[in-house]
Parts: sequence; structure tokens; C-alpha cells
Amino acid sequence: MKEAWFCYNNPYFVFQESRGAASLLKDSIPITDFSLPGSFEGHGLRRGFPCVKNELVPSHPLELSEKNFQLNQDKTNFAMLRNIQGLHAPLKLQMELRAVKQAQRLPFLHSSNMALDTLRGNDECIGFEDILNDPSQSEVMGEPHMMMEYKLGLL
Amino acid sequence: MAAVSALRAPSGGFSFDNCARNSLLEAELGQKGQRLPAARKTGTTIAGVVFKDGVVLGADTRATEGMVVADKNCSKIHYISSNIYCCGAGTAADTEMTTQLIASNLELHALSTGRLPRVVTANQMLKQMLFRYQGYIGAALVLGGVDVTGPHLYSIYPHGSTDKLPYVTMGSGSLAAMAVFEDKYKPDMEEEEAKQLVRDAIAAGIYNDLGSGSNIDICVISKNKLDFIRPYDVANRKGERYGRYKCERGTTAVLTENVAHLEIEVVDETVQTMDTS
Repeated sequence: MKEAWFCYNNPYFVFQESRGAASLLKDSIPITDFSLPGSFEGHGLRRGFPCVKNELVPSHPLELSEKNFQLNQDKTNFAMLRNIQGLHAPLKLQMELRAVKQAQRLPFLHSSNMALDTLRGNDECIGFEDILNDPSQSEVMGEPHMMMEYKLGLL
Repeated sequence: MAAVSALRAPSGGFSFDNCARNSLLEAELGQKGQRLPAARKTGTTIAGVVFKDGVVLGADTRATEGMVVADKNCSKIHYISSNIYCCGAGTAADTEMTTQLIASNLELHALSTGRLPRVVTANQMLKQMLFRYQGYIGAALVLGGVDVTGPHLYSIYPHGSTDKLPYVTMGSGSLAAMAVFEDKYKPDMEEEEAKQLVRDAIAAGIYNDLGSGSNIDICVISKNKLDFIRPYDVANRKGERYGRYKCERGTTAVLTENVAHLEIEVVDETVQTMDTS
């Protein structure tokens, strides 16, 4: 298959390896992962004084629901599909989604996720996530070595 | 350059990073008795009515920012598709962005289905998006258009509820406009009658509500044609000056004249070339 050849021979395509069985059980983004990550120098005007309470509780009522929005949509759609067509329908779709999510660039580079968007139907929609805060235009990037080590489980 | 941690892949959409800082700032300013700057609202009168062949939408043209008029002639009737238009009240940026987003979505949808978009589609898209943001997007809309199933008119509230009615009003002047509608609306009106009715309703809002003013814009949508009349009527005309207050030379008599010369000596002269490339 042409796509498989491209994936194996292209040095920029990396198959995402799951970090053990724990990642398979998670079905929503953890609640503690809120504040602007990667900065322990948080004193002063930018975010107020660092405080554990601020980190645990979302700073805006919409923050949690927006974070999990795509996951919740998928869950609702798959549940509905299961009730209408039987178990095979969501199983097949989830298998396709999982296969397509594995073809990504290196973790600190932005992947286009075109196949994922097509499967989800997002290629015919436009929302705030396409206009505001476009990740491909982000001004900061992750530390390449650290991110690779985390992904490979060496960190 | 700040490095983002390895844990979370960046995603698009709204970023809530500044919320904690903003609430802190607001609390501090509140202690000193000051307020954060207010967002520009449209504080509006918008109305729509269904007549025999289609829909008439009307809006005033004033945008306020707190107690100051920010825009004396803003356009509140937004394009959604060639047969669907939407009036917006509430926060000006929210209505503008929401209607543009839905217009784009509807265009993509129409290209995908190959058919003229329906008003009910736009309604569903708007209500689903507004409900997702739980009313934080302050956009109250009057959506009207004509599609294959006929003329339709919807009102959409910021929290995501919608109403399908033959006549609707929204905004701060909605009560004044609704009073006019309740008095004079008849089903199956002619186009001229409907335009006059909407004009009267918006005028009631303009005269009785501080948040509405200036001109009245009208949009008539029917099966074969679209009329976007801006302005349909100038309700608040700026006062005109009746006379000139400039004095001619010689109005005042000159009694004495004393000219004193200033001795100026050129000490130094420098020339600087300007880069005009």
C-alpha cells in the first residue's frame, strides 16, 4: 500500500506508542492539567501568586467542558450509533480513528491530522479552534529532546 | 523563549490562561473603585416580520460602549447566505464573529449538499454553538430568510434557546418595538405594509431607548429578490446650523496699531536628508 510505504520510509512520520496500559484507560483529559504549563516562575501579575487551589479548580466555568468537548462529542455519537446500528458500527469507526491517530509527526512538530479531520467530519466545518490560537502558528514550541524522551518513556 | 511542557499538545480555540489574572485584576481595581473597560455592546433594537412573500428584517444603527456612542452608523444586519440574513444584538464582536462563522459553515454545508441552504439549518448551527458556550458568547440574534420551504423567522437567545415566530424583536429596545408589532401586525401583509410596520417598530425603539439610535436599516428577503436598504430612514437627524457665527473683517473698528520687529539672527543651518524610499 502506498500509504504504508510512505509512513515507513519517511523519517518524519512516527508511530505513536502508547505509554503503557494506563493511557488506554484514560478517556478524558485529567482535571489537574490546567494552568499554563512549564512555568514555575509564576509570581506577580501574570497569574497571581502560585497556589495549589488555583491549579486544582478551573479558572473559568467553560474550561473543563471545552477541554473535553471533542471527546464528549465522540462518546455521544458512538453511543447513539451503537444503539441504532449495533456494536459493530462504532467498533469499526473507532478502529479507523485509532489507526489514523497513529500517523503523526514528531511530538514537538504540528501534525495536520487531515485523515482524522476527514473521519470526524471536521473538514467541512469551521469553528473557533480553526480561527483562534491556531497551533500551527503557535509562538512557543516544546523542548524537542524532552518531548521525545517523554514520548519514548525514557523520562 | 518559554518552553511548553511535554504533557499537553497545543490545541486551538479559546484559551483560558488569562482568566485567573483577570479576576485578580478586577478584584484589585474594585478595591480602588475603578472598573475594567467595558466591551462594546450594540444595545439595540432589532426586529423581523414575516409577510406574504417573505421576511422583512430591521435594525437601528447605534453601537454603545458603556455610556458613550461608539459607532453612529454600524451595520447590524449580517449576511449569512444569499437568501438568509441575521440581525445581531448584544456584544458587537460576538455577533459579528458568530454570524461570520455560521455563514462560512453554511457555505461549506451548501457546497457539500449541493442545495440552497435552509433557514432551519442556520438556526440549528447557531443554537448548538451558543449552547456549547453556555451564554458566555453574548449574541442575541434575529434570523430570517426564504428557502424552498417558504419564509421563516427565528429569534435566538445567547444561551441557545430559539423561537420560531411570525414577528420577533430583540435588544434593549425590544419592548418598545414589540408594543408596535402587537398593535399593528396582521398575517399575510403586503411588502410595503410590512416595511412600514418594521420601520415604525424600530423607530419606537430609537425614540424610547437610549441604547438605540441613528438610522433604520431594512432588509427585505423574498423568493426572487433581496433588498438591503441602508439607511431606509434617518430617524435621528443631526441639528443643522441656521446662521454663520464668523465675524467679517472690519466688524470691530481699529483704533491704534503698533508693529514691533523681532531681530532674529541665523546662527546655524543644518540639512538632514529624509529617507523617502
